[in-house]
Amino acid sequence: MQLLTVSQLNAYLRDLLDADDLLRDVWVEGEISSFNRHFSGHCYFTLKEGDAQIGAVMWKSVASRLTALPVNGEAVLAHGRVAFYEVRGQVQLYVDMLRPAGIGLVQAQFERLKERLAAEGLFDPSRKRPLPPLPHRIGIVTSPTGAALQDMLNILRRRYPLAEVVFAPCRVQGAGAADTIIEALYALYETDVDVIIVARGGGGAEDLWTFNDEQVARAVFASPVPVVSGVGHETDTTLIDFVADVRAPTPSAAAELVSPDIAELSDDIAQLRSRLETAMSQRLTVAREAVARMKLRLDLRSPESRIRRDRQHIDELVRRATAMLERRLSLARAHLDGARGRLEALSPLATLARGYAVVHSPTGTLITDASRVAPDDRIEIVVRRGRFRARVEP
Amino acid sequence: MMRTDEHAPGEEYEALYLRLQQIVEQLETGDLPLAQALALYEEGVATAKACQRLLDHAALRVRTLMDGADQLPAVETDA
Repeated sequence: MQLLTVSQLNAYLRDLLDADDLLRDVWVEGEISSFNRHFSGHCYFTLKEGDAQIGAVMWKSVASRLTALPVNGEAVLAHGRVAFYEVRGQVQLYVDMLRPAGIGLVQAQFERLKERLAAEGLFDPSRKRPLPPLPHRIGIVTSPTGAALQDMLNILRRRYPLAEVVFAPCRVQGAGAADTIIEALYALYETDVDVIIVARGGGGAEDLWTFNDEQVARAVFASPVPVVSGVGHETDTTLIDFVADVRAPTPSAAAELVSPDIAELSDDIAQLRSRLETAMSQRLTVAREAVARMKLRLDLRSPESRIRRDRQHIDELVRRATAMLERRLSLARAHLDGARGRLEALSPLATLARGYAVVHSPTGTLITDASRVAPDDRIEIVVRRGRFRARVEP
Repeated sequence: MMRTDEHAPGEEYEALYLRLQQIVEQLETGDLPLAQALALYEEGVATAKACQRLLDHAALRVRTLMDGADQLPAVETDA
């Protein structure tokens, strides 16, 4: 029995493993987990299979040669050597080659196909078409026996029973399924459907593989009307999801996406009804107001109002005439008064009143010169009141 | 092109709906002669009823294309 230091033990184990031919050149199949890319560029991960696992290291130089770094859960074939890492006392696989294994390999092919179709423009967002707001005919491509068909029909019945469904049955899995999908699609292209749903219910990744077929993708791309894909569950993504105009997570979601909701349509109609009522009642109000305005104008031209107006006019004329007359009268009166005053001022009677007298001959000649009378001439003297005769004294 | 049916009910609905919209908009401009407005209103009420009737009585129609799928069983096509 020997007493060893840890270093001595680990060095022994290292030499032991290094000496083994098989461990120097080995392919290991397993699933990636705990994948960690260190900032240095080296990658550390665990390869698992069932309950067994082994630590793995992939140097930066190896990792940089990969088109894509592996992800957790990916099944891979790793090539390298197995060695003992003394510092940690762990057996590790030093990977110098990494390939997708099984479904991983198919996945890699799928990614290449996807890149190729993307480069061709099959996924171009600019060619995605909007769904028709009211689809009259809805094409459905799916299995006649799957639950997906009934789910979709139930949703369409509930949401938009005005639609007509044109169902093109196909097989959704197994050999030759892709061809039946393509045939079903092209059969629908010959009809006048407004939109097409391509669907299948959930299943394993292999079950959905038909929808990753390049020819199926190209057939969807060729559709003259918008296509909605509803394949598998929420988490599943297939090639036609990229090509379709709209991707729905499930068949039911696809049916909801293509159909307007009948309740909303009913609301729409009710809203239009109420707008109709409002517009009509407004129009009637306008008409009523127009009638009222007309009536007012008519009233203004009625005989009664005419007579009333005329009578008013006559009253006014009379009033003006009276006023004019009165003005004239008072003016005349004032004139008269003035004339009388002036007359009185000139009258000889006023002078006679002060005691003067007028003397004239019996013939009426005024005697204003004493030399014109001789003794015994008769004269007549007029005083303020009355007149009398006299004789000139000798 | 193969016609699936002479007239889908949805087409009738859409035509009526568009007419209703048109009527409402026309009436809302408000400068129509009264007789024309009344006629439009009556048509609008009738159109709205027809729309609602179509919605109320619609029953989903399902047609199955058998071409190219002859190996498959027919699906029930009730509404």
